Amino acid sequence: MTSDHAATSDHAADTGHDPADIDKHVRVYIIVFVALMVLTVVTVAISRFHLPVPVAVSVALLVATVKGALVACYFMHLISEKKLIYAVLALTAAFFVVLLALPSLTHNNGYWIHG
Amino acid sequence: MDIPYTVAVRRDTGLNNGKIGIWLFLASEVMLFGALFASYILIRTGAPSWPRGDTILDVPLATFNTIVLISSSVTMVMAWASLMRRRFGTFRIYMGATILLGLVFLVVKYFEYSHHLHIGEYPSTNNFLAIYYTLTGLHMLHVFGGMVVNAYFWGPGSKLWEKNPVWFTNRVEHSGLFWHFVDLVWIFLFPTLYLL
Repeated sequence: MTSDHAATSDHAADTGHDPADIDKHVRVYIIVFVALMVLTVVTVAISRFHLPVPVAVSVALLVATVKGALVACYFMHLISEKKLIYAVLALTAAFFVVLLALPSLTHNNGYWIHG
Repeated sequence: MDIPYTVAVRRDTGLNNGKIGIWLFLASEVMLFGALFASYILIRTGAPSWPRGDTILDVPLATFNTIVLISSSVTMVMAWASLMRRRFGTFRIYMGATILLGLVFLVVKYFEYSHHLHIGEYPSTNNFLAIYYTLTGLHMLHVFGGMVVNAYFWGPGSKLWEKNPVWFTNRVEHSGLFWHFVDLVWIFLFPTLYLL
């Protein structure tokens, strides 16, 4: 173990966060929580309309993406993260898109294209 | 072997090593769930017909579980914020609530699974149920894993707070990142499996 035993008085600053920001953060967490609850109700309510599948999928994924973005940006503090984390996530997103696009390489009947 | 542990911010990355480590781990998790989502898309689009989730699964129960998991994400981040404010007692309350909410989620899933198994709906019954059990089962394992780590920080691991509050806060922040990720995965699982 290293000896960086840093139990200083300025605890928040030691952990890389501005202590004055914590109270502001807490207020944001509450707002995000309310927004997530509202969006959950919206997701369920929309599904009751029995929209055509392509529309229903698009709307459901759009709402889920907004909810996911709120969790990632505010609860996971991605909105104020360092460039390296963004680079890691950008690379992940690129591979993720390729992964999800793989089914589009199939025929309509679900079999792989053979040469 | 003595493995060095440091929360010092590196000059080259602007981050501490633990933060990079947990995000790289989460990136691998995105690919794990991504592979299963891709399989789901492939199987669903290739099927001649596919049932709407709400005709087979219990939407009110899953909605309740969504609310439970989102609430646990809030209590988790509040646990971290409590440590930042040096309020250890408040941290224990929020962390305890996070663990309990995780437990509620698992208990609800238990009732959901029991119901399906009781009426003869197994993973082998059809592709929809195979996908349902695989995705929700893997997610449940993640909830359980997160609960174990959080319980450690609530209980025996919390002794570190006395010795080194900065390290402890750092560890709780990283376990929180995992917990929020688990919440994030459910946010996508819920509509894709239950509502579409």
